[in-house]
Parts: sequence; C-alpha cells; structure tokens
Amino acid sequence: MNGIEQPLLSVRDLTHTWDGVHGCREINFDLYPGEVLCIVGESGSGKSTLLQAVSCQVAAQHGSVRYDLREQGPTDLASLSGAQRRLLARTDWGYVRQHARDGLRMQVSAGANIAERLMAIGERHYGDLREVAGNWLHKMEIDVGRLDDAPASFSGGMQQRLQIARNLVTHPRLVFMDEPTASLDVSVQARLLDLLRQLVADLGLAAIVVTHDLAVARLLAHRTLVMRGGYVVESGLTDQILDDPQHPYTQLLVSSILQS
Amino acid sequence: MDTPAPQDAATVARDPHYNFAYLDESTKRMLRRALLKAVAIPGYQVPFGSREMPLPYGWGTGGIQVTAAIIGADDTLKVIDQGSDDTTNAVNIRRFFGRVSGVRTTDTTTAATIIQTRHRIPETPLRAGQIMVFQVPIPEPLRWLEPSEVETRTMHALAEYGGMHVKLYEDIAHHGHIATTYDYPVLVNDRYMMRPSPIPKFDNPKMNYSPALMLFGAGREKRVYAVPPYTKVKSLDFDDHPFTIERWSQHCSLCGSHESFLDEIILDDEGSRSFVCSDTEYCATRREEQA
Repeated sequence: MNGIEQPLLSVRDLTHTWDGVHGCREINFDLYPGEVLCIVGESGSGKSTLLQAVSCQVAAQHGSVRYDLREQGPTDLASLSGAQRRLLARTDWGYVRQHARDGLRMQVSAGANIAERLMAIGERHYGDLREVAGNWLHKMEIDVGRLDDAPASFSGGMQQRLQIARNLVTHPRLVFMDEPTASLDVSVQARLLDLLRQLVADLGLAAIVVTHDLAVARLLAHRTLVMRGGYVVESGLTDQILDDPQHPYTQLLVSSILQS
Repeated sequence: MDTPAPQDAATVARDPHYNFAYLDESTKRMLRRALLKAVAIPGYQVPFGSREMPLPYGWGTGGIQVTAAIIGADDTLKVIDQGSDDTTNAVNIRRFFGRVSGVRTTDTTTAATIIQTRHRIPETPLRAGQIMVFQVPIPEPLRWLEPSEVETRTMHALAEYGGMHVKLYEDIAHHGHIATTYDYPVLVNDRYMMRPSPIPKFDNPKMNYSPALMLFGAGREKRVYAVPPYTKVKSLDFDDHPFTIERWSQHCSLCGSHESFLDEIILDDEGSRSFVCSDTEYCATRREEQA
C-alpha cells in the first residue's frame, strides 16, 4: 500500500448499538484497494454489527463510512439514496454469508444463481450469461456439468464456493465476508481459504472478513482488528498482532491457539 | 361439443332488494378512486378495501368488485371463463349482475361494453371504449422471488426487475426454451412489472397498445391495477431467446381457424383427440358465417 493511493473505504468514529449497550463503538479504520482486513474477536464483541454498519445494512447512529465510488470518488455512504446504495451493494460489493443457504437462491440452479447479478444489471443474452456462469464454476473448482443442478444437491463447501462466485460475477472491488469458513469442516475450510487467497490476489479484491478463527486471519489477512466489548482493542499488521500481541485480550486469544 | 349459438340472453329482472350492482355507493366510490389511480400509473398495484362477496375467494371476487364499481345501467356485460361463455362461473357471474343491476348481458364480444374474464382475452379484436376486467389470483409478479411485501414494494419503486429473468433463465436451462406459458410477466409502459393474471402467453400481444381499457382486480390480495388504452405492454425475454406465442400444427376441428388459441379435447381412451377454439363465441360466429 503505497502512500499515494487513497483508501477504498474509510470508517471514522462509527458507532451502532442495538440497545444502547451491545454493538460496536468508535471504530476507525481505512481499507486500501486489494487489501484484506480481518476482524477477530469473541462472540458478542460487535464484529458482525460492525460489518452490517459498514455495508449499510443497518444505519449507523454515529460516525461516517466513506467509499471510493467508481464515478464520483470518495463519498459518504449516508449521503447516497437508498437506490444508489442498493445498486452499489449489487455491483461493486459482495456479501458472503456464513451459511451459504442464506446467500444463495436455493430453488434455482447454480447457473441462475451465478448469473442473477448480471441479469439484475441488465444483461439480457442467455448464451453469454451461461458462458460466464460456466467460467465461474470452473474457477471455483466445481465441475461445469453441475451448472443446471440445484444448490441443494451441492456439498457445504461447494455451496460456499458457489456463493462466492455469485458475489464475484460483477467484479466487485470490495467483498464482505461474515464467518465464511465457520460452518465447514476443517479440510474443506483449508481448501476454501486457499481458493479465497488466490482469488483475492488474482482479482485485486479488497475484503473485510469477520471471523473468530485466528488461523483464517493468519492465512488471508494483511491487517487485523481485534475487537472486544464493541471496541477495537488492537489493530495492525496480522503477523505483528499474532506474533507480538500487546493488549492482554489479544495475548489471551493468541495463547489459546494450539501450537503445532 | 355442441356449443349453442351465441345469443343475447334475456335481460334478467333487477332485484330491488339490492343496491345497484350489489355494492353500496361508498364502496363503489372507494373502488373507483383506486381504479383511477391504477389507470394513472399503468401496471402499479393499488391497494383497496376488498369486501366480502357472495362467492368464495378464487372464484372472481376481485373481478366482480371491479365490474360492480364501473358498471352502469346502459352497459352490456359479457363474462368468459377459459374463453367460454357457458361454464358455471361465467353463467353465474352473468346472472348475478343481471339480478343486482338489471343490465343487459351478452355472449357477443363486439356487443359488450364490459367483458369480465378469467384466463382469456377474446379472439375478436377489442375496440376503443370497451373495458376488460380480469380476475387475478396473485397480483405480485415478484412474489416467487421475494416473500416480503416491504421488499417487493421497494423493488417496484426502484424498478429492480433483473431477478425476474432468473425464472426465464431456469426455463431455458431445463427445457431449452422459455416454458412459462401462462401468467407470463410483462413490463407495462416501460416501468412497472405486471402479472397479466393467468391468461396464456398467446394473449400477451393482445394487450400491447390495445384500444380497450384493461382493469385487473385481486379480491383476496386486495389490489387493483390497470393497463390504459394504447399502452406499451412488453413480455420479458432474452436477446437470444425472444418471446414467442404458442402455435399449433392443427386447426380448430369445428370452425377451421388456425389463428385462435386451441384447446385439446381427449375423445376416448385410445388416443384420439381433437383441437377446438378456446373462445367459444369466436368459434360459433365463424361457423355461422361459413353455414
């Protein structure tokens, strides 16, 4: 991240609480193009709330989120109309959910799932849509012959990869991931992480990944935020945080990983 | 298949115990206000206070309420069900309006000023001044895509209709062509997505720039919507899979028409079948002309 580049996303003093107590408070960070940021912390530390507030799924009570829009440059997302925010979320962003079932349309085929975003932005040529969907399945290491199968017939890992393809088809610059590997078993997790790391590098994606798994942060993230009780207690380069934790809570987290 | 020749049914004496056209005057005014809004915003679903009608939901309560709101003493009413004038539903609705309003009823498309219908638009071209009233089971075209009403209204407001093509994509992926044959979604006036009620897609082109006013009523879902005369109605499709209507290799075995929508009738258990016009009035008129 050289100094000339401007941040893709900058979050300032962001606060959102559900009941005045639980949520996230006074969050500040910048995310640069192509950078992967992990947010780690225990359950209830406000990780998911932060992700929802940043991705405009809930309106923040305080603070601002500025995003470098393709057309008009850095813009406060609160100043966009609802329609513009929805368009942004459909085209320049992706949102990968923990359970693939929540992010996929389970009653239609894998191909339709991948092509949906393209149809939503006006692509009306069936042959082209199908070709793109096939290419993405291939990239996701899923047999292209499964293009017309329902996602319900896919394994958990395949569903998760399909969900990622569905989000990446419009070439977003920023992807939000909420515990993308948490519901998968360990060997599948490893494969998915591998694929994610490759995609992020190939496509120059910026990503914000929420996880409680430090191994995910270690593998994917350039930088890490550690959250506790709604506040960011420590932030910095991932290796720095994992190898030389400063805050007592981070020390506790790091020491609780089994050392190989 | 001995269809009686169309004839103007005798006017049934009006029952004075009912208000004209069954509904009370304030209910009709409420419905007319909703209908005016619907006409002003082609394809937009306007909520209205649907009333209990003396027949079950699904039998045409929405259509009957719309007809009751717009009918006047000088109108001539035609009611069709699946293209036919003589099915139970059509006969009973026609008799109902005869009794509560005393208006003339007819089987002849050209003689009618109001045509209440289920499942078909007549083959005889409509003319300016006529009103079609459709009975609608589910008015929301986005419902299969999105169960939340709040969300579907937002999608309509922002014209986010891309998801509708997912259904067509699925059809082509599984059947090689767009296999949706009825209730085929349309875009009205380049703005609102609309369900044309369960008419065959064969009838979709008849709505495009039609000189007649089209009103749609959904009683259970409490919505009315409209296509004003001479309004663009476009059926959804893909660039490489354009919208097409049904074609038959046979022609009607009664009147010989090969332009009309045909019903397949199974004659016995040995595979013999016959194709006849679904629009009985159209078929009978053609046969009369030939005789």
